[in-house]
Amino acid sequence: MLAYILRRIVLLVPVLLGLSMLVFAIGRLLPGDPVLLAAGPNASREEVAALSVEFGLDQPIPVQYWRYLTGLLHGDWGRSLQTRGPVLEDLKVYIPATLELVAAAMLIAIVVGILLGLLAAVRRNGWIDYAVRLVSLASISMPRFFLGLLLQLVFAMWLGIAALGGRFPLTGSPPPTVTGMLTIDSLLAGDWSALSLALQHLALPAIAMSLSPLATITRMMRASTMEVLQQDYVLTARALGIPPAKLLFKHVLRNALSSTLTVIGLYFGWLLGGTVLVETVFDWPGIGLYATKSILTQDFMPVMGVVLSIGTMFVLFNLLIDLLYGVINPKVQLR
Amino acid sequence: MNALLHPEAGASVASGAAHARREAWRRALYRMRQSSLSMLGLALVVLLLVLAATGHWIAPFPDHITGSIDTAMRFKPPSWKNWMGTNELGQDVLSLVLGGARISLFAGLAVVLLAAAVGTVVGALAGYLGGWTDEVLMRLADLKLTLPGLILAMAVAAALGAGTVNMVIAISLGWWPGFARLVRGEVLGKREEVYVLAARALGAGPVRIMWRHILPNIVSPVIVKMSLDVGFAVLTVASLGFVGIGVKPPTPEWGQMLSTARGFLPDYWWAAIFPGGAIFLAVLSFNLLGDGLRDVLDPRSRR
Repeated sequence: MLAYILRRIVLLVPVLLGLSMLVFAIGRLLPGDPVLLAAGPNASREEVAALSVEFGLDQPIPVQYWRYLTGLLHGDWGRSLQTRGPVLEDLKVYIPATLELVAAAMLIAIVVGILLGLLAAVRRNGWIDYAVRLVSLASISMPRFFLGLLLQLVFAMWLGIAALGGRFPLTGSPPPTVTGMLTIDSLLAGDWSALSLALQHLALPAIAMSLSPLATITRMMRASTMEVLQQDYVLTARALGIPPAKLLFKHVLRNALSSTLTVIGLYFGWLLGGTVLVETVFDWPGIGLYATKSILTQDFMPVMGVVLSIGTMFVLFNLLIDLLYGVINPKVQLR
Repeated sequence: MNALLHPEAGASVASGAAHARREAWRRALYRMRQSSLSMLGLALVVLLLVLAATGHWIAPFPDHITGSIDTAMRFKPPSWKNWMGTNELGQDVLSLVLGGARISLFAGLAVVLLAAAVGTVVGALAGYLGGWTDEVLMRLADLKLTLPGLILAMAVAAALGAGTVNMVIAISLGWWPGFARLVRGEVLGKREEVYVLAARALGAGPVRIMWRHILPNIVSPVIVKMSLDVGFAVLTVASLGFVGIGVKPPTPEWGQMLSTARGFLPDYWWAAIFPGGAIFLAVLSFNLLGDGLRDVLDPRSRR
């Protein structure tokens, strides 16, 4: 087991190497001069040249890449051309914010999706089934940024029961930073008012993010539950007089879950990259907003940092999912 | 065997294959008509495409599409004159939504066509040739899984500069590996079929085998993927517009209209609701059609 985990982590290296090369190539070979943008419209030629030297952009591209790689190993993820600050420090603040958002969205999607999927499969072709199918098809087609706007309009602007944007009120006192996730930090500090404020900010963006994984998980769950329900052992269990609720949650759920788990793993990576839009709508200070701002100013190092950290988290999370298969289904052998 | 001995019989076998393919398509069309949701999707897609093609002529205020403004008419709510109200520049929202359909829909279609064309060529090469071509392609496709597509498209589109063509190229760049993967898998399967062996025994070259024998038999999964992808491509185009990359004003584009109108919520909701609703409707229509086509063309998913 330990050897398996270690091997998977070692396999991360070529993935990240390829990813960094690809993004570096895209960033360096495309037209557009980030230094000109960063130096400002009134900069003299000398100032632009000095900035180029300061950031090592006067070097040949392979040299730049090599410097970046060796820097990564020493914890130097490059500096932002715009703020001149180190990228790693920015990421330390923004990654927990995005993780909190994605985790909340996945939590909603998994809990609600599994229940709805089970319900639809058990009541196959009933009105619940039709409603679930229609809503899940509609929610796959719903742009997250439009849903976010609608949620803002209804719950923040008209009803006033949720925050319009941001993570925490500017005037409020946030809990001491431990994990960087405000809800968990408030729980750790036992600060209930901070928790409720954090939740008021988290609720709408999390719902907006959860819709499309929710729809997919519901569909997967419906299909796999229907398949499991036709198995002989379910018939046997029924004949033995096992109560329907126990049958569903103890026998069916476990077996229907494994294909859904794969989807959850893939969705996690997709959501990490897909927070861009929701973070823009809700002004949520995570890596998506950070990436957008950096891309708009052609600030290259932050984009590299965001892509590499998303890649790392994606691979690690899928490792976790693979380990979970073994827990849910003992027949799965990890090698 | 007889076909080999008698040239005329060989010709009739060939036309028989074409006939069988036509028959399969006819049956698919029949099954498609049985599903009301897919037909609804088809009808909506046709309607949207017609509106997109004719939008510049049927719009009530065609000059607003090309950028003229009317400051006396700012933020009028929906009325008989302006069905969807007017925006912060006094432009008729209905006209802009109609004008924006062209960019949003045709750019989405172009992304999928480009990605499918590139992906099919690369995937066919990898599947047929195997070896290191295959190896390189598959590693690229793996990387694509970990690389957030929207961020990639945003970065490339921002570097290439504003414009519809640049935007289409930027989005397709992250899109073709999906098609390449699909086509590679299909080609690997079909390469071992008896009819390919027979064609090779008759002396057909690799290009002819690919073009005449393998590709016609893998068209339907490619079409299914294309139709399932169009909705998502339209969504991606609108997303780029929403974050401010892609088409620049005054050319109307749904995502960018929504992003501008966001600043004027909640009072002037109509300037946001209608372009947003248009994106939703377009994506939903393509998804309905795609789902229907998959049920019809992909035997594995048939119920």
